[in-house]
Amino acid sequence: MRARIGLAALAALLVALPAFAGSYALSVATLILYFAYIGQAWNVMMGFAGQLSLGHSLYVGVGAYTAGALFFHYGIGPWAGLWLAMLLCVAFGLVIGFLAFRFGISGVYFALLTIAFAEFTRIGFDHLDWLGGPGGMFLRVAQRDVWDLANFRGPPLMYYYTMLALTAGAFLLCFFLLKSRAGYYWQAIRENEEAAQALGINTFRWKMVAVGLSAALTSISGVFFAFYYNNLFPEQIFHISRSIEIILGPVIGGVGTLFGPILGAAVLTLLSDGITELLAALGLEIPGIKQVFYGVVLLIVVMFLPHGIWPALSRKIGIDR
Amino acid sequence: LSLDLVVNVVVAGLLTGLVYGLMALGLSVIFGVVRVVNFAHGEMMTIAMYAATVLFAALKLDPFLAVLPVAIAFFIFGYALQAGFINPFITRPEHSQFMLLVAVAIIMVNALLMIFGPDARNVQIDYQLESFELGSILVDKARLYAALLAVAAAAALFAFFRLSLTGKAIRACADNYMGARVVGLNIKHLYSLTFGLGAACVAIAGCAMVLLVDVTPPLGPYYTLLAFVIVIVGGLGSMTGALLGGVLIGVSEALAGLLIAPSAKSMFSFGLLILVLLLRPQGLLGRKS
Repeated sequence: MRARIGLAALAALLVALPAFAGSYALSVATLILYFAYIGQAWNVMMGFAGQLSLGHSLYVGVGAYTAGALFFHYGIGPWAGLWLAMLLCVAFGLVIGFLAFRFGISGVYFALLTIAFAEFTRIGFDHLDWLGGPGGMFLRVAQRDVWDLANFRGPPLMYYYTMLALTAGAFLLCFFLLKSRAGYYWQAIRENEEAAQALGINTFRWKMVAVGLSAALTSISGVFFAFYYNNLFPEQIFHISRSIEIILGPVIGGVGTLFGPILGAAVLTLLSDGITELLAALGLEIPGIKQVFYGVVLLIVVMFLPHGIWPALSRKIGIDR
Repeated sequence: LSLDLVVNVVVAGLLTGLVYGLMALGLSVIFGVVRVVNFAHGEMMTIAMYAATVLFAALKLDPFLAVLPVAIAFFIFGYALQAGFINPFITRPEHSQFMLLVAVAIIMVNALLMIFGPDARNVQIDYQLESFELGSILVDKARLYAALLAVAAAAALFAFFRLSLTGKAIRACADNYMGARVVGLNIKHLYSLTFGLGAACVAIAGCAMVLLVDVTPPLGPYYTLLAFVIVIVGGLGSMTGALLGGVLIGVSEALAGLLIAPSAKSMFSFGLLILVLLLRPQGLLGRKS
């Protein structure tokens, strides 16, 4: 009950936020929701099904470039591009999953395989002139005051509400997934794959479902990225540091929990922004100093809260999820 | 594209590959014993490279002489890192260990950026420009010395693990954790020792590498990935595999740079990594577990 009231209050706050937040706060909130959403998508694969992917930037990048290229070359809007992006990302995910699971690759080796595919694709995109190569692809920036939903062009408010809807949707989806047959199968696989198999669960099929679903969800954030930032560089979007950025939120918040990715994204984004402000106020603007602070905080959280912030916090405030 | 050019490129790639191999050897030893994937490996390599440039700038110390102090410092640092931070994590899940080392790597690479800035640094010594001529093959002196140093360091590590009692104890830990505990080995101390040795390997490789390339902070993550590729290709836990993998990657990168495009050279490495993971996950020289 407590959890539901808290959730309703949070939802109301987020819906009403633009009424009293400035444009800067709104952009920070959009960023938090972006990382919360993408963390939730990653969590389906790692948190639920126990498959550690360190190459999720692959799906962000392929999603972003697919929808971006359709718009850039043919003027096809993101609503059509979205489907192709999802299709391609699911195909990529299923190919990687098929190869990995058929050849019995798991744990660290699976993680390295996902890195290898993402890096391979990154360098490949660097050599695709049709997509701008290393020089990047730039989408035409339209005027920002009207809501042009068909082409997904509009004021920051539009992007905020889009991201809010996506995050809420992913949260609900994961909520129902965890209670569904698939959710229980995944958790069984995560805890003990051999035992799950012995119980008659088709572990190969359910791991493939997790990878495909996670890839599809992640590709949507890629489409959003393309139309929000309007510029795409392989070096940035596919880089391993992007993949790490994706998983920081859920790991800090709590892997496998529903609320962990959201909390983790909020904590990390606010922390990063807070450090920037603090250092600017102190006049310490040396390149790298912000990330050093960030790394130290990360180190402390990982050391002292091994299961993430949310499991510890939820016990304290008496919510069991 | 003459044959001479190809042979020259292959020889240079082979020598650089041996230095890569020593770097990867550090990673392989750490993973093989401690079972923790050191995601800060390349970052440690760049720190060693910066240390060599600083010692050179301040004391005019040749990197081949800087090897000794840098390796000792890295051994102590590695021991402390394992004893203080990683030992409490050895029973935690993989993603938790991974995050710990990612945090360490973020701190390292950005601390370097803070201290040294984004500009490339190097050392300039006379013999870097000189080379030996073997018929039509030109071998850079610095590259040859660096490769010889890497081979010597690898041989010393190999001898330590084969011949010394401590080395045998470490191998016992790697082979059978429970058994090692039962016979009363101090596992935490041995783990820390192993990480220290792995760090010392990286230190030596870094001092050698600084003669061949300029160092910038982003080189860290790149070397981390490179070390993974080499170790997986060669076979995790196999010491000769790490050296062989280093040579293989060094030569293939050099050839890909010559024949395709310099920017595409690491695509080849990652392609090789994917193939090896799928077809021979124990690596070329690894044992089946």
